[in-house]
Amino acid sequence: MTSYAYRKFKDKLFFVLSLGCVIIAVLPLTSILFEVIARGASQLSIRFITQAESAGGIGQAIQGTLILIGLTGLMGIPLGVMSGIYLAEYGNNKYAASMRMFNDVLTEFPSIVVGITVTLVVVLTLGYYSPLAGAIALSFMLIPLVARTTEESLKLVPNSIREASLALGVPRWRTIVSVVLPDAKSGLLTGILLAVARIAGETAPLITTIVGSPYFFQGFNQWMDALPLRIFRDATQPDPKVQAQGWGAALILILIVLSLNIGVRLASRGRLRR
Amino acid sequence: MKGRADKEEALNTQNSLLTSEKMQSIGLNAWFGAKQALKNINLSIRANFVTAIIGPSGCGKSTFVRCLNRMHELVPGSKVSGQVLLDGRDVYAKEVDPVLIRRRVGMVFQKPNPFPTMSIYDNVGAGLRLTGLKKGKNLDEIVKRSLEQATLWDEVKDDLKKPGTSISGGQQQRLCIARAIALQPEVILMDEPCSALDPVATAKIEELIVSLKRDYTVVVVTHNMQQAARVSDFTAFLYLGELVEYGSTKDMFENPTSEITEKYITGKFG
Repeated sequence: MTSYAYRKFKDKLFFVLSLGCVIIAVLPLTSILFEVIARGASQLSIRFITQAESAGGIGQAIQGTLILIGLTGLMGIPLGVMSGIYLAEYGNNKYAASMRMFNDVLTEFPSIVVGITVTLVVVLTLGYYSPLAGAIALSFMLIPLVARTTEESLKLVPNSIREASLALGVPRWRTIVSVVLPDAKSGLLTGILLAVARIAGETAPLITTIVGSPYFFQGFNQWMDALPLRIFRDATQPDPKVQAQGWGAALILILIVLSLNIGVRLASRGRLRR
Repeated sequence: MKGRADKEEALNTQNSLLTSEKMQSIGLNAWFGAKQALKNINLSIRANFVTAIIGPSGCGKSTFVRCLNRMHELVPGSKVSGQVLLDGRDVYAKEVDPVLIRRRVGMVFQKPNPFPTMSIYDNVGAGLRLTGLKKGKNLDEIVKRSLEQATLWDEVKDDLKKPGTSISGGQQQRLCIARAIALQPEVILMDEPCSALDPVATAKIEELIVSLKRDYTVVVVTHNMQQAARVSDFTAFLYLGELVEYGSTKDMFENPTSEITEKYITGKFG
């Protein structure tokens, strides 16, 4: 083999190897997706997604997940965004550096530990399991994600724009709110929605906070259901009919997460992109 | 050009203008961390004239103008000592709010930096809107007047709703000037306002600078000596953070007193 052919071969080999790895990485994901669609699609019906468990539906789990997303977003997004603003705009000191590290550690924190901690602090204090406790646990997971993504998108805003605003005699807070945030809008929104999509599928923090329930929302001092909990319950039942409902619930959960993702992509391609 | 007549006038009145000092730096020092960027600068800026600050890269000319509107202190680790007087009052006095100083001493930057999320109209109105000064004033009128003063009105009057970043670089820089004068500042600082622009756009900005001094006091930082000669009435030459020479532009370019100044303006270094 000439040295040119050998070099060309090495080049090809490297390409084939990297392509092979991508296929190996993507294969399980697609097979999961296909499996869920194949087994879950037959379950889908209006009845299935609107009725409670006693009527063979998963309505209460969908409702629970949506309530959790709403409550978690309400608590976690403002806190996360404000933390991210602090880290990006005022974070030029050693306190912020350690907070940033702590934030990164929290992002990777085992979710079961978060769940149990919130159970000890919130559930035991209240004296009952509560959707609120579940949302608090999920918020603890959402805040560091949102803070990080906010910091990253604010740092992409060129400093010249901040200076332009400050040089006009615009106060710092107003500069951040009216000049920096609008400029970072699309990155911010993308990050927030992706973070929400991530916590929507969390199971562990919910086991010891909202427990799961066959009924629709009963109140803030009662157990509540959520899609991941329902999937877990159904999957551990021996009855194939119940297992099939679990697949249906999994498909719905994936659809919710996917629609958040696709929504982000459409939104950032459309009017939100500069 | 009428610049010549202006310069003559500047020369004649130079000595009698002691009372019309708009700004004055007294023993001004500035640091970036441990590095001293300005050393004991004493300089007076006369009202309704154009003062040029020239000098080689790194001589502290940008730092100097950024000290005048308290923008220097925004850089982490920076420090300032000495006084900067605006109408005889120290802008670094304890009770002075830098935000209010910046409303009186506007600034135009090296690279045009219109707000990318705002329309042309909103860019010009931004200063008034974001500082809450709009109340009781007719914003449309102020925007129009500012764009006219910045000689941009005719080019953009039909596109006021378009993004501020959609126009050419030279137009963007005039938009930034319009944005600064919409607040009716007393002094306008320009930090190498033409260095990112082509010759045609540069000529327009230079013309604009000369016309602005009727209403404002202008300080222009430039590394272009021809530009300093064309637009300014007074010139200060900074070298290694020190003020080497300061006087009427005509004197400075025809009879520099310092050897370094002469070397610099004849292009022997820098």
